[in-house]
Amino acid sequence: MATTGQIALEVNDISRSFRAGARQVQALQQVSFRVRHGLVTGLVGPDAAGKTTLMRLAAGLLLPDAGNISVLGLDAATQSLQVQGAIGYMPQRFGLYEDLTVQENLDLYADLQGVPATARAARYAELMRMAGLEPFTRRLAGRLSGGMKQKLGLACALVRQPALLLLDEPTVGVDPLSRRELWDIVYRLVREHGTSVLLSTSYLDEAERCDEVVLLHEGRLLAQGTPGELRDSMRGRTYEVGTANADKRTLLARLARTPGVLDSLIQGDRIRVVMQDAAPTGLDRLLPEAGGIALKPTAPRFEDSFVALLKANGGNDIAPSPPAETPASHTAATHPGQPVIEVSKLQRRFGDFYAVNNLDFSVARGEVFGLLGANGAGKSTTFRMLCGLLPPSGGTLRVAGADLRHAAAEARARIGYMSQKFSLYGNLSVAENLRFFGSIYGLSGQKIRQRIDWALQEFELSPLAEFTSGDLSLGYKQRLALACALMHEPDILFLDEPTSGVDPLARREFWSRINALAGRGVTVMVTTHFMEEAEYCDRLAIMAAGEILTMGTPGSIKDQARSEAQPEPTMEDAFVALILAHEQNEEKP
Amino acid sequence: MSSGMRLRGLMRKEFLQIVRDPSSIAIAFLMPIFLLLLFGYGVSLDSEHIPLALVVEQPGADTADFSAALHQSRYFDTRLYDNAGAAQEAMMAGRVNAIVVLRADFAKQLRQPDGAPIQLIVNGVDANTARIVSGYVQGAWGKWLEHYALQRGLTPDVPVRLEQRVWFNGELRSRNFLVPGLVAIIMTLIGALLTAMVMSREWERGTMEALLVTPLSMSEVIVGKLLPYFILGLGGLVLAVSMALFLFGVPLRGSLWVLFAASALFLVTALGMGLLISTVARSQFVAGLVALVATFLPAFLLSGFIFDIGSMPPVVQVITHLIAARYYVAILQTVFLAGDVWSVILPNALGLLILAAVFLGLTWRNARKRLE
Repeated sequence: MATTGQIALEVNDISRSFRAGARQVQALQQVSFRVRHGLVTGLVGPDAAGKTTLMRLAAGLLLPDAGNISVLGLDAATQSLQVQGAIGYMPQRFGLYEDLTVQENLDLYADLQGVPATARAARYAELMRMAGLEPFTRRLAGRLSGGMKQKLGLACALVRQPALLLLDEPTVGVDPLSRRELWDIVYRLVREHGTSVLLSTSYLDEAERCDEVVLLHEGRLLAQGTPGELRDSMRGRTYEVGTANADKRTLLARLARTPGVLDSLIQGDRIRVVMQDAAPTGLDRLLPEAGGIALKPTAPRFEDSFVALLKANGGNDIAPSPPAETPASHTAATHPGQPVIEVSKLQRRFGDFYAVNNLDFSVARGEVFGLLGANGAGKSTTFRMLCGLLPPSGGTLRVAGADLRHAAAEARARIGYMSQKFSLYGNLSVAENLRFFGSIYGLSGQKIRQRIDWALQEFELSPLAEFTSGDLSLGYKQRLALACALMHEPDILFLDEPTSGVDPLARREFWSRINALAGRGVTVMVTTHFMEEAEYCDRLAIMAAGEILTMGTPGSIKDQARSEAQPEPTMEDAFVALILAHEQNEEKP
Repeated sequence: MSSGMRLRGLMRKEFLQIVRDPSSIAIAFLMPIFLLLLFGYGVSLDSEHIPLALVVEQPGADTADFSAALHQSRYFDTRLYDNAGAAQEAMMAGRVNAIVVLRADFAKQLRQPDGAPIQLIVNGVDANTARIVSGYVQGAWGKWLEHYALQRGLTPDVPVRLEQRVWFNGELRSRNFLVPGLVAIIMTLIGALLTAMVMSREWERGTMEALLVTPLSMSEVIVGKLLPYFILGLGGLVLAVSMALFLFGVPLRGSLWVLFAASALFLVTALGMGLLISTVARSQFVAGLVALVATFLPAFLLSGFIFDIGSMPPVVQVITHLIAARYYVAILQTVFLAGDVWSVILPNALGLLILAAVFLGLTWRNARKRLE
């Protein structure tokens, strides 16, 4: 039996490209690394980093253009069947048959993996206990919650105890509580059975939970090591700045342009600053009117080292260029404006199921308001009602002064919407997309030409105006999608998971634009299941099962979870605590 | 041994999905019922009750006699007009399909040595119906003339007497050859469309990826899909054949086992087509479209199910040899209406066998245990 430290998986100089239309996309370029036995190795990187391609190459589902992968001593390309007989693999969407019950899914994978009939009863019992699915074995897999599906998918991959487990983005879209449970299961496997695990994720906070990390970006290996090693390079360079008596967006914009500042980021009511070197210089001169600012040293995070690595490698194709500082001093945080979105007792029923129940909130002009929740919490339903795409079953809903029950079209003309999938026309050019979205909002003639010029300038898309938008990189697609949503100068901007899966630099660039818009008085509403994005909001509401669990500034929400055991709770800690408290309330009669 | 376990697991999964997914049940059982009822009752290629305008310019005993003969015929629904203008208007409005004009001097002309002319105007938009109508009217006219001569003790002026015998479908019911042809269409649907759709569903939902990383071999995947849908297809066949025999009264002159053996062979061919499509099409939408265009439509148009292959242009006739349904339709129509005519059944069965081997062979070659 292999022991910890030996090599479970060895990737040697792997390259792989795909054809996408007329373009050749290099998914992986000369990547080499090793996964050691008995450890959890994280394959970390944003979307399009090459994580899934690498997983599929390791499972023998794809052949490499060059290089080789050795899995448990077998060659993944030439001995695929043997490799597949030895590993467990969970694909991105869990690989479950939704019209089969939990038990039937288990039986199927037990048959396929050749688990002997005599060994099954004990194995099933163990897996179901581990996944907490014992009461649900007769339920159809399609009727399980996201977190339960994820755990069933894992159980199916584990039905025959594998020596190596490959998990492809197992935690996408599930709530933080289920994410934690999954990590517990993974570590129990490693501890009790010595299983080796390779797990891919685009959540940088999850990288910190791994024993070792392989950091990928745009098909290239950026770094490998323990999270501690990677963090240590940043020690002494990370600080927090309180913004109690200053406008945080103005301060952020100034920090971003200060020499010596590598990275700056809004974290609730504070700003996190990463310096190029260990000694901070010149920061006290930034806000003379506020009487200087206090820098408090804070612990480095994995994300800091990722940002530092990206910048050290010449950044990516997105050159972070913070937009010009806006003179606006009327942001909602300091001067609450008039409510632009008002929701009271909002309900939406599908049959006898309440997707949204009793929602009450209002959003002021120039405010960035977030709805945070897992898939199925009711965020999208709320969003659709706010955009006038779905009529509510009860309650009132006013957007930009218009009652959506009667004047949906009027309200829609003042709304800009950008979805996670970037609803762009992939076979139109950048300029054609802009023209189209301008024209459907009624712009024409001089006005539309003016706005297209503005968008190409503002988003630095001029050199790409005639480029087919489907061939743009993720970061540029995101810019274009935002430009399209802003063509008609909306008062309210709806963003649906705008930056999940994009790399940290592109995310910062995007949010600096959003901050500038908010500074100019545009109201921004964001839905996300991504804890990091929640920190950028002025206020947010945490949703679960169609209800708002709590609402407030990110700082005050985190404060609710503060305790002796958790002096510095993260947004995720706060979320988990709220869900646990909510579930306990539900169980009481 | 463990290969048997894998196959059993795969097939059990497939049956559970069939039972729980209303769409595959609908394609396998509701579609055949719907198609059979539509073609059995709704569509008839027999021309009966054709609306016909009869213009009698000067009524008399002879015209009354002839119009009575037309009235009695089940082929025509005769409407009387007293001038050609009104009849023409009715034709323009689409109320009648043909006009027969009996001139004012009809009775006089009839007694001339070279007989009376009648005028027939046919709506030629639908050439096929026009030809049938013109033939029917000529037949009715000839029959009436003969009758007229006999009544008067004259020898009818018919040099050659045509004695007609219709074989195989004595009553000339179009249902008798439509229904067996339909069985072929239904088998194509169940075989090709359903397999292509359920395979691409696995790709679409990401379950194929999970299947491929198990020790399952590609041949097990293929057999695991073939067998359940083969059985489902036979179920559809039993349903269609029972409806043909008991509901529509189509005679079965050949033997049941030949019918089932040929159907099983065709089913394997159709399943092969479906699997081949699924090796290329990875979404249900594309798979469904390709299956419709590449299997269902050709089976409908080029199999001889409705349109006789012998009267197609030579190039198209050559192309029909690539259509599996063509061989099956030939076998079915023979087994139902003629009997076990081996000189028809064996060459067609050979055609099916070759196509089945080609489709399954190509599937085998294309299907790799890879994601692309």
